Amino acid sequence: MNRKLPAVLLGAAMAFVLAACGSGSGGSGGDDGKITLGFSQVGSESGWREANTKSIKESAQTAGIDLKFSDAQQKQENQIATIRSYIQQKVDVIAFSPVVVTGWDAVLKEAQAAKIPVVLTDRAVDSDPSLYVSFLGSDFVKEGEAIGDWTLNEYKDATAPVNIVQLEGTVGSAPAIDRKKGFESKIASNPNLKVIASQSGDFTRADGKEVMTAILKANPKIDLLFAHNDDMGIGAIQAIEEAGKKPGADIKIVTIDAVHDGMQALADGKINFIAECSPLLGDQLMDIVKKIKAGQPVEKRIITEETTFTQQQASEALPNRKY
Amino acid sequence: MKAVTGHRLFWPAAVLVVMLLANLVVTPGFFSIQVRNGHLYGSLIDILLLGSPLMLVALGMTVVIATGGIDLSVGAVVAISGALACYLISGQEDQGAVSGVLVAVALALVLSAVLGFWNGLFVARVGIQPIIATLILMVAGRGVAQLITSGKNINVNSPPYKLIGGGYWLTLPFAVIVVAVVVALTGLAVRRTALGMLLEAIGGNAEASRLVGIRSRRLIVLAYTFCGVCAGIAGLMISSNISTADGNNAGLWMELDAILAVVIGGTALTGGRFTLAGTVLGALVIQTLSTTIYTTGVPPQVTLVFKAVVVAIVCLIQSPAFRAKVFRRRARPAAPPPASPAAADVEVNA
Repeated sequence: MNRKLPAVLLGAAMAFVLAACGSGSGGSGGDDGKITLGFSQVGSESGWREANTKSIKESAQTAGIDLKFSDAQQKQENQIATIRSYIQQKVDVIAFSPVVVTGWDAVLKEAQAAKIPVVLTDRAVDSDPSLYVSFLGSDFVKEGEAIGDWTLNEYKDATAPVNIVQLEGTVGSAPAIDRKKGFESKIASNPNLKVIASQSGDFTRADGKEVMTAILKANPKIDLLFAHNDDMGIGAIQAIEEAGKKPGADIKIVTIDAVHDGMQALADGKINFIAECSPLLGDQLMDIVKKIKAGQPVEKRIITEETTFTQQQASEALPNRKY
Repeated sequence: MKAVTGHRLFWPAAVLVVMLLANLVVTPGFFSIQVRNGHLYGSLIDILLLGSPLMLVALGMTVVIATGGIDLSVGAVVAISGALACYLISGQEDQGAVSGVLVAVALALVLSAVLGFWNGLFVARVGIQPIIATLILMVAGRGVAQLITSGKNINVNSPPYKLIGGGYWLTLPFAVIVVAVVVALTGLAVRRTALGMLLEAIGGNAEASRLVGIRSRRLIVLAYTFCGVCAGIAGLMISSNISTADGNNAGLWMELDAILAVVIGGTALTGGRFTLAGTVLGALVIQTLSTTIYTTGVPPQVTLVFKAVVVAIVCLIQSPAFRAKVFRRRARPAAPPPASPAAADVEVNA
């Protein structure tokens, strides 16, 4: 009797697996007709990302879409593993915010082979555009150009060289590459504007502070700081204050994002200008997902609506900001 | 000369000095220290202040490595400790109250000790290999930190808390004073009592040390608990320095930097003999390297390669086998063969 028990258990297990496969292959995700969206988030490295995550979760709930959410903690291997697991789970649509630009071909091809449409959000990849359906996100080059335009206008009467420090984002990430490109292409028209130091602060407050602390020691005269996001800018503000200088006055500061802490610093006069990069793309994403599912065509590139803020505008906008 | 170069701290110290001098050449004002806003101000002070968390974490790591173990969870403990302290402080009505900050700091350190104790139990009682036992907390711990902060950055505005990692006391950075005290106390405990020898005995040969009657299990648990507390203090410093708890990034990859600091300092990963002073030097070498990159303006794209090359050179210089080879080769054309075997013997024996 005992000898038969393992065989019986094994048989039961096989039957269970078969049953599970059967139900899995028939439906796409669930049997209740709900659309399933697998989303792989970069991480939660900044206030911006928090707002982005919140927007996606809330919009999915309102739209009645079953959201599978995963946080990659800034690691590409985590994102690839997550996307593979979404492919295996046969979700209806995969969306992700790629942590870096390169290295996505293989996993995107796997998704295509499994006939699961992929939507990129917020950051681009360098893979062939046929591998994804749509890219929803900000135009980072434009954001960098907005900062560049402000800088050109601010220093249009400058006769002496203007020393600029740039705090770049994560090396190899699309926002870092494009914001740098947009900014530097604009300021190239005025030979007085010189970037004297440009280092990566990895989009975090701690690194922004550490890098700025060191740069302040090496460069006695800094006129303008351009941080690729608010959080690095806020870290740099602390470093500037500890060096006995006045942020916003002794050293002017321009950033991108417009998250709550950044807007507060802008309203307080510690930051001079912010170009917005809106994280509230949840609703637009859910629309795209629904369209894809309904077989309607979607545009390859959809840009989120964005604006810029001066100190005055920040004080006015602050009470109504969602994040 | 041989006595100086033969000292086990000679090479880490030499590397640090060379690195600082290289900075002086590129940035002339690198060694200048002024008094600004009533405290010391300068690049050297920055290195000490920003290197403080790493010095502490590496100190705890040294003790664990001495027992033949390793602790991969320190980065996660750094995140958890900072997250808990900031969470507790941000919930208080008066964030500037010293008593409230003390309670938050105490609770964060107790939790860190418990996490270290947990690692120690896995290693010493359950018998899981240290790298696996601590890997559990390394992966799970960051999730715990994000659970505490609910995935957000928690901002605090508390002058007493700011003192820990960003404040000054008697013109010196408070964090540096904390590190000095912890290093001194640890040094006394391991070198003025038998504790250090017992730890080395466990790392050297756990079975033999058990047979001679050393309570190795208890000491191993103690070592991991100490390591947890060190990481906890480092976590307080990091979050205090920016007045923000960042559950996602605080202490990320710090375990690797700490292990590197221990190795650069001259403690072997196989366990046994260890040097606390070497570890402190190793941590300073790593921090100096980061500061060097920022002040000299190494392009961000090649930063990692630059670090890797420097670390590889440092590790090669540290290796007696490598030194013996290189120096013998150089000595050959200059010295006649009869003189060299003796010198080579000394090198090999050392």
